Amino acid sequence: MMETLTDILKSLDWSPLFISLKTGLVATLLCFIFGILTAGWVMGRKSGVRAVVDSILTLPMVLPPTASGFFLLLLFSKRRPLGMYMYDHFDIKVVQSWAGCVIAAFVISFPLMYRNARAAFEQVDINLIYAGRTLGMSDWKIFCKVVYPAARPGIASGTVLTFSRAIGEYGATSMLAGNIPGKTATISQRIAMVIQNGDYITAGIWVVIVMIIAFVIMLLMNLLAGRSGRSKVQW
Amino acid sequence: MALEIRLKQAYKNFQLDMDLTTGISRLGILGASGAGKSMTLKMLAGIMTPREGRVVYQDRVLLDTERKINVKPQKRKVGYMFQNYALFPSMTVEENIGAGIPKKKVGREETIREMVDRFRLKGLEKQRPPELSGGQQQRVAMARILASAPDMILLDEPFSALDVHLRDQMQRELLNQLQDYPGTVLMVSHSRDEIYRFSEEIIIMDQGRVISQGSKKAVFARPATRTAAAMTGCKNFSAVTRLDDHLIRAESWGIEIATEGRVPGDVRFIGYRAHQFIPVWGEAEGNCIPFVLDRKDQLPFEENYYIRPNRSDYQPEDVISWFVQRDLWPLISEKGLPDYLKIMEKDILYFPE
Repeated sequence: MMETLTDILKSLDWSPLFISLKTGLVATLLCFIFGILTAGWVMGRKSGVRAVVDSILTLPMVLPPTASGFFLLLLFSKRRPLGMYMYDHFDIKVVQSWAGCVIAAFVISFPLMYRNARAAFEQVDINLIYAGRTLGMSDWKIFCKVVYPAARPGIASGTVLTFSRAIGEYGATSMLAGNIPGKTATISQRIAMVIQNGDYITAGIWVVIVMIIAFVIMLLMNLLAGRSGRSKVQW
Repeated sequence: MALEIRLKQAYKNFQLDMDLTTGISRLGILGASGAGKSMTLKMLAGIMTPREGRVVYQDRVLLDTERKINVKPQKRKVGYMFQNYALFPSMTVEENIGAGIPKKKVGREETIREMVDRFRLKGLEKQRPPELSGGQQQRVAMARILASAPDMILLDEPFSALDVHLRDQMQRELLNQLQDYPGTVLMVSHSRDEIYRFSEEIIIMDQGRVISQGSKKAVFARPATRTAAAMTGCKNFSAVTRLDDHLIRAESWGIEIATEGRVPGDVRFIGYRAHQFIPVWGEAEGNCIPFVLDRKDQLPFEENYYIRPNRSDYQPEDVISWFVQRDLWPLISEKGLPDYLKIMEKDILYFPE
C-alpha cells in the first residue's frame, strides 16, 4: 500500500494543480477589477436599475454551473459572432482551451466578488462621499481614495472567496474548456476523471491537496478579518 | 451676503417647504429632530436635490429647478461640517486637511501647515482620524473645510457628538475660528443654547417649514407660535378664554389673569417660561397660582419644581414647571416653599393657536 502511494506520487501528473492555480489567479484578478467597478457603478444607480442589474449579475450564482456553461458555449463557439470575432481578430480560441477555463471560472465566481464588494460599499458611511463632494473631489477620486480604502476589509474577504470558488469550478469549465490533460484539466476535473476510472488513490491525493488549499484560504480570510478588528468581538 | 432659499420636496410622511431670504451672515436654524434642518443644509450643499427650488447666494445661482440649473456640489463652494465630521479614515490628518485643495494649487503645502498651526494639530499630522479625540477630530474637520476656501459654511449639529464638558470649549473655539470668516455660516441644531450663542439671526423650523425668523433677541422674546416658543425653551402652556380686554382665564392652570395692557383679540393660548415666576409668601397677590408641589428635581445649579394646576382634573402636561436658580436657594431655605407663584404680565407670551 505504502509503495503504491509513493509510486503514484512519483508518477503523478502535477499539471492540474498549476492549471487550477493559474486559472484561479487570473479569474480572481478579472473578478476583482470588474466586480469592484461594477459594484461601484451600481451603487450610484437608482434602486430600480439596481435591482435589475443586480439580478442579472447574480444569475450565475443561482443557476446550475452547467446552465452557465451552456450559455457560454453558445456565446463563444467559433461558429457564433463573438467566438468568431475573437478568433479572427485576436486569435483567441475559447472553447476547448485554457482561455475557456478562465472565462468559465470568471463568470461563475464573478457574482461572489460583485456581491461582497457591494456589501462592503453599502457599509461605507455615505457622509464620507458627501464630504468628498462638498470638498470638490471628483467622484472617481472619492471612489479610489475614500470609498475603496474604507471598504477594503470586506473586499479582501470577497476576493478570497472568489478565488476559492474560481479554483474549484467544475461544471461550466468542463463544458466550455473540456478536460484536456496538461491544458485545461483542472484539479476538479481530474478528480472526477480518475474516479470514473476507479482510481481512488489518485483521487484521494488530489482531495488532500484541495483540502490543504482550502484550509490555507480560510486561514487567510480569518487573518484578514482579524486585522480589521471585527473578529476580536467575543461573546 | 444675500442668501435666498426656496425648497420643496414631498415624501410620504414629510413635506419640506422652505422659503427664506436673509442678509445676515451668522444664521442659526433651530428645530426638533425631523423638522427638515439637515435636509435643508444638504440641499444647499447640493448633496440632495429638491423636486422644486431655487438657491441663490451672493448673486450666484446654485440651484434653479425651473431654469434647470443645478450646480454640482463639487462646484458650489459650500463647506459642510457633518455631525460625525466625516473625516476620511484612510487618510492622515494632513491628507484630510489637503483633501479639498486641488493638487496643483500653488501654496497647497503652506495652507495645510497654516491650518495645522491654527487648529493646534501640531504633532498629529501623521495620525489618522480614528486615533484622535472628539475635539481633535472636530478641529481637523473645520481645518479641512477652511482649507478648501468655501464661500459659505454649513454646520450640521456640529457639537452633538461631543462630550458635554468638551462642548462648551469647542463652541468657543469654533466661534473664534469663524470670527474673521467673511462668508455666511449657517448652523443647524436642536440646542437653543448653541444656536443662541452662535447666531445673529435665528430661524425656527417645524415639520419642514419656517415658523419663525428674526434677530435672536426678538425670536426668543416674542416667539410667534407655541412650537417656536417650545423650541426656545418655554415650558408652560395653557389654553385660555378671553373674558374681556383685560382679563383671561388660563383653563389648563385653573386661574384668572388680569392685565393692564389689552389682551390680543385672537389669543387662544399663552406661554410662560419656567424661570419667570415670582415666589410669593403669605397673602395671595393678583395673578397667583397656589403652590401645590407635585414633584421636585434637584439639578447641580438649578432646582426644578413641578406645581399642580389649580383644578382637580388636570392632565400631566398641565403641571407647571418652576425652575429656580441658585441665587434664590437661600431665600427658600430660610422662608420655606412659597405659598403662591405670581405670573408677571410682561412675561406672558400670547398665541393665536
